[in-house]
Amino acid sequence: MLRQFWERGPRRDPNTIAYVVLLVAAIFFPILVNVITGGNSSSIMTVAADAGVYVLLAIGLNVVVGFAGLLDLGYAAFFAIGAYTYAFLASDHMRVTPLGEPIHVSFWIVLVIAMFVAASFGVILGAPTLRLRGDYLAIVTLGFGEIVPRVFRNAAGWTSGVNGISALDIPSLPLWLQGPWSGDPFAVVPDFKIISSIGYYAIMVILVIICVILVRNLQRSRLGRAWMAVREDEVAAAAMGVNTVAVKLLAFSIGAAFSGFAGTYYAGKLSLVSPENFGFSVSITILVMVVLGGMGNIPGVITGALLVYYVIFVLLQQLPEFAVNFVTSIGLGGLVKSSGDYPGIAEFISRLKFLVFGLILVIVMLVRPQGLLPSRQREQELQKGVKEDTVIEDVNAETT
Amino acid sequence: MGTIGEAVRRRRSGLRAGVAGRILDFALIAIIAAFLILLGTKVVAQGGSFFVQILTFAVANGGIYALIALGYTMVYGIIELINFAHGDVFAFGAFLSGSLLPIFGLREGGAFTPVSAVALLAVFALTMLACAFLNISIERIAYRPLRHAPRLAPLITAVGVSFFLEGALFLWKGPSNVHYPNILPNAGFELFGATIGVKDLLVIGISLILMFALGLFVQRSRLGKAMRATAQDRDAALLMGIDIDRTIAATFFIGAILAGAGGTMYGLYYNTSVFDLGFSAGLVAFTAAVFGGIGNIYGAAIGGMVIGMIRTFWDGYFDSAWTDVMIFTILILVLIFRPTGLLGMRVPEK
Repeated sequence: MLRQFWERGPRRDPNTIAYVVLLVAAIFFPILVNVITGGNSSSIMTVAADAGVYVLLAIGLNVVVGFAGLLDLGYAAFFAIGAYTYAFLASDHMRVTPLGEPIHVSFWIVLVIAMFVAASFGVILGAPTLRLRGDYLAIVTLGFGEIVPRVFRNAAGWTSGVNGISALDIPSLPLWLQGPWSGDPFAVVPDFKIISSIGYYAIMVILVIICVILVRNLQRSRLGRAWMAVREDEVAAAAMGVNTVAVKLLAFSIGAAFSGFAGTYYAGKLSLVSPENFGFSVSITILVMVVLGGMGNIPGVITGALLVYYVIFVLLQQLPEFAVNFVTSIGLGGLVKSSGDYPGIAEFISRLKFLVFGLILVIVMLVRPQGLLPSRQREQELQKGVKEDTVIEDVNAETT
Repeated sequence: MGTIGEAVRRRRSGLRAGVAGRILDFALIAIIAAFLILLGTKVVAQGGSFFVQILTFAVANGGIYALIALGYTMVYGIIELINFAHGDVFAFGAFLSGSLLPIFGLREGGAFTPVSAVALLAVFALTMLACAFLNISIERIAYRPLRHAPRLAPLITAVGVSFFLEGALFLWKGPSNVHYPNILPNAGFELFGATIGVKDLLVIGISLILMFALGLFVQRSRLGKAMRATAQDRDAALLMGIDIDRTIAATFFIGAILAGAGGTMYGLYYNTSVFDLGFSAGLVAFTAAVFGGIGNIYGAAIGGMVIGMIRTFWDGYFDSAWTDVMIFTILILVLIFRPTGLLGMRVPEK
């Protein structure tokens, strides 16, 4: 019945329901956690806010992969650029660089600056490569994703190398009304430092909402339709007067901007950046989120991000311990110890991450290329390609 | 199909070939010249024997990269897919041969007799075959069902397979470097004050033989002809009675044979491997394939040699922490200045 309702019932966008569900969940989640843990929710809320970073990243990558159909394998590079932008502009670190003067810019301003910085790098990288075939972009972004952390690591004079930059400014609000809700007497506090995990969660939810509205509007704009046209048939789009290079470049740099945005938030929350946090596996994690959730569909991508985040950062962290207990309890205690190449079951399971990522990508593309919560248009396109596999038909399609 | 689009594109590329193209060509020549001059001063400063030593490393290194690059370029030439998993097939070759050596009685420190040469040959053959079967299974499972899907789909499965293989190697040997038995004799001879070892000769020799054999195969054999035809126009080849599926599988098979040989030689030469070896080596080899002109096997061989040499020279004469940054910069520069590569064919946009 639910399926019927979903597929035929509302003639409007089924996404509306998904948005409402997600919003309600976002609002009630902290309350629920607070009730369950008995007021001791801060560690879970920290994890939830971190998950939000990945939601932002997935929404941004969705613009590139889902809307414009370009494969970006170095998305973490822009994330790193955003994080380092905050580290440079909002800490004492600049004192020890050749510049010699510390810079302290407000978190909220850096958010915007980082967007533009990341977008500019997107343009620099995209301009030469987007003129070429789509797959070149994949490999160039792959290289870029490898290079950026390496540059941050090697240019130790500016970035402190492997040690990273720590003690970044804590994001603060210029004005805040204190009251019984935070357990304090009423007061107006200037320059309020955000330290509580619930505060970060709230900021994250607001940022995600802003981004969703932005991206949704973009998708429905002239630009969004141009993205769709380029994705489906670039030659036809060009013939219809779409400037394909400019349109692709916009998708690429807008995606990069979101990544920079998320990077700043990440740096502000963690108060630390290190070149080790932005490797290829981060880019792949985000890609898995987008592909699993449903390329081109915003609620799908958000769901995918939350799901993958939960599996990787919560479930897979607890699983080794669980497996050890389970194996011991059923009398196979021998599996716990390591022998030869076999590292023992706990280590074995924690090594599964890469394998699982690879499997998800392959299986989703083969079995359900449209993802868990598909975009309707994307579903048609992706299914069409898989179902029609007679080559003769294809010849006709190309010659007519 | 899309005649207006074609016309627009031809006009654009025509413009590019004019004034802008000439400026870009000059800029490229200027960049190369600047690099060579810088390198030249360093070479003179460091002396001749060091140069010969580095040159030997460079040629051996280039041979290995050329073997990997050939696999990328053949697959790209025939189905226009970047086979991301190819680098990991190479890494699998290194891991597998490293585990096979002790089984065939080749141990570190043991004397290298004619018997061990035969055993080494057997390890080579087994590794190459295993890699080949791995690669055709990848093609069968992950690429063939998506041959008519949007381009993005096989690209994503390619990344997925690459990550899967990396994960499997990670599961097998863990995160740290794995020692590869050093079985070859350390003997060598002196040339201009540099030592040229058995290893260097073996790697250079085998890679040259394999490349020569591949060239012969593609040019002379029936299957090679079928491969060239399929690369040129798949539908026409089909109408001429060529079994497309078989030809594509054969391409993957041969590409992986070269990667398997490359992996074994990498292990023998460097005596170490690591689970994400395929990722870094694959990126370099792909750069080499693009540099030589993707889709062109001679281009890939030359590109692999050149990129391997550039890498080694940079390692020897400049700061090795920046080597990968440099390689990537080359990739970008080639794509800006000469997207078709050194010997590239014009790849039609489909």
